[in-house]
Amino acid sequence: MSKSNKPKLSSVFLNGIITENPTFRLVLGTCPTIATTTSVINAVGMGAAASFVLIGSNFVISLLRNFIPDKVRIPCFIVVICTFVTIVQLLLQAYVPSLYASLGMFIPLIVVNCIILARAEAFASKNGPLASAVDGLGMGLGFTMAITIIACVRELLGTGCIAGVNILGSGYEPMLISTMAPGGFMVFGLTLGAANIIMKSIEKKKKAKEAA
Amino acid sequence: MSLHVSSAPHVHDKDTTQSIMRDVLIAMLPTTVMGVYCFGFNAALLCVLGVAAAVLAEYGYQKITHQKVRISDLSAAVTGLLVALNLPGNAPWWMPVVGSFIAIVLVKQLFGGIGDNFMNPALTARGIMLASWPVRMTAWYLPTFCKGVDAVSSATVLGGYKASTLDMFLGFIPGTIGEVSKVAILIGFAYLLIRKVISWRIPVVFVGTFAVLAAIFRMDQDVLTSVLSGGLLFGAVFMATDYTTSPMTEVGQYIYAFGCGLILAVIRKWGSYTEGVTYAILIMNVVTPLIDKFVKIRVYGQEKAKKEVKANV
Amino acid sequence: MTPVMQTNSCGNVLLFFVSCVLSHNFIFSRFLGCCPFLGVSNKVETAAGMGLAVTFVMGLASLFTSAVYQYVLYPLQLTYLDTISFILIIAGLVQFVEMFLKKSSPALYKSLGIYLPLITTNCAVLGVATLNTSAQYDILSAVLNGVFGALGFLLAITLMAGVRERLETSHIPEQFKGFPIGLFMAGLMSVAFMGFNGLV
Repeated sequence: MSKSNKPKLSSVFLNGIITENPTFRLVLGTCPTIATTTSVINAVGMGAAASFVLIGSNFVISLLRNFIPDKVRIPCFIVVICTFVTIVQLLLQAYVPSLYASLGMFIPLIVVNCIILARAEAFASKNGPLASAVDGLGMGLGFTMAITIIACVRELLGTGCIAGVNILGSGYEPMLISTMAPGGFMVFGLTLGAANIIMKSIEKKKKAKEAA
Repeated sequence: MSLHVSSAPHVHDKDTTQSIMRDVLIAMLPTTVMGVYCFGFNAALLCVLGVAAAVLAEYGYQKITHQKVRISDLSAAVTGLLVALNLPGNAPWWMPVVGSFIAIVLVKQLFGGIGDNFMNPALTARGIMLASWPVRMTAWYLPTFCKGVDAVSSATVLGGYKASTLDMFLGFIPGTIGEVSKVAILIGFAYLLIRKVISWRIPVVFVGTFAVLAAIFRMDQDVLTSVLSGGLLFGAVFMATDYTTSPMTEVGQYIYAFGCGLILAVIRKWGSYTEGVTYAILIMNVVTPLIDKFVKIRVYGQEKAKKEVKANV
Repeated sequence: MTPVMQTNSCGNVLLFFVSCVLSHNFIFSRFLGCCPFLGVSNKVETAAGMGLAVTFVMGLASLFTSAVYQYVLYPLQLTYLDTISFILIIAGLVQFVEMFLKKSSPALYKSLGIYLPLITTNCAVLGVATLNTSAQYDILSAVLNGVFGALGFLLAITLMAGVRERLETSHIPEQFKGFPIGLFMAGLMSVAFMGFNGLV
């Protein structure tokens, strides 16, 4: 990788949050999104755990990128990712056992979260360690933000609360399905559609501005 | 109701859709009247709100998305009434409104509107509400309005309420507004048959399959009670026969109706719901595209004639 | 969560089957394997092929992972290495299935395209291995759990593909085409599958 086309860190960072938001734009990591958006706390916890793995694995893979033979790169990436997942798993188990219990099997499943492998393949294996870590941070934040938004909707509809704080008052009768499996699929789908509509209208405005 | 099943582009002949939907509304009239007679003013209010909310939702959605407004084809009104008839008589006013909104906007229009939905809108709305407000959706009351007594809560026949066969026929049992009176439903069924809006196949095979299985599985109730209690007849006549969500071919319809009966029997016998008509039909709705894909047998050249009818719808 | 089953009689095996395929469906109630479920469900034939491939891999993966866990990791007190050893076993298996399909059924191999290597990152496969160890299944139960769970996946993805084929020409709003409507459809189907609640 030559220094001349070294990516700008700020744009690398924003890329993950907006342009290539892993959840809203690339629709990667569907399963953890549905599984952990039942409450805002769970979503933030999952987002933090995934971000930690993303930053760590991106950084290490970028450091090793010149030593990993091309043919076996995917298994090597997975081993690196897996190491970080195991670290997160042990840390959560030791220090936040309640969160560990509620995220359950979706912590070990971070290994197969397509976002992480996709970033290793698409970014970390081609860029320097600092840029890769920043990319991981941006992607992690983008993922966390997206699933937190979905979790807000689901928790609000399903319990009348956001992060445990009652918003809709005692007269609201919770729509229980929202925190069940069908609600996960439906709210995710609708949020994704809404995000598309918003992005389209922003693009339209941008184009109108450029034309003017 | 087995018309209008072709894939898009649909040729909407407004008059035909409208006349079919008008027939369906007329067919639902007896059971609506009996429901109101049993459960009183609140039941009437729920029906009005359900229809109004459905029509308004359809109108609003089509306006916002700059489509041609098609509320005059009456399909939204049918959906709204079905949503209301699927509620217990004492449900709060917001339930038919929320249900109609879900049915029209999320289940029907989001997939492209009439003919494009793959699950029955009213029934899906019921399924969603049943999961969301299980207590509200299963708060049954004795049909006491006609006797001038205040509402008394009760279990349904499936839940252990003892009723005479005559009461179950006439509708003097706890249940949803539309499902209680079997006589009224059968009158509606006869009307739909005479007007050739639906064929006998799906309702009869559905109920027949269930009755046979109920006898084999030895349910808690005897066979006649199993058939007459709950929403079986209502679902079989008005919901399972929805054109869009049931198979096109005759053979396909037999398979579909058999599946409905089988799943209903399994749910009532072993599932956690005492009533399973909603889910039995919804599951077979989901299977319908596969049935249509693999069952394309034409029987005695009847299919061709039917296709031509479809093309006109 | 998963009911602990003793697979010592035919009746229990049937119950286990119903539980995995209908009431605890991998897609509709455990949301495992959503990526291929959404990605490879445009055609019924391809979807069924993918489902079969997953069934094969999940059965084998359950066999090997639970054997390794019980006879290697657990006796050696290396259980913290479970995730990493499971994923390596799965990756190897997928490689094997890929080579096998390439030889025996090139048409299917071609239509499954890039999704075949992606079975490695199909969370249903790693998920079932994790479920097997956390539920402490013996090897036979683990294999049954893998195969039945995958059959549930096969059912779900085939139904989804059927509906999608039918909706191919429908007037879904532009911004909702693809993933948004796919997820929403899965949600509605999952509502229908709630009917199987409590069967087992």
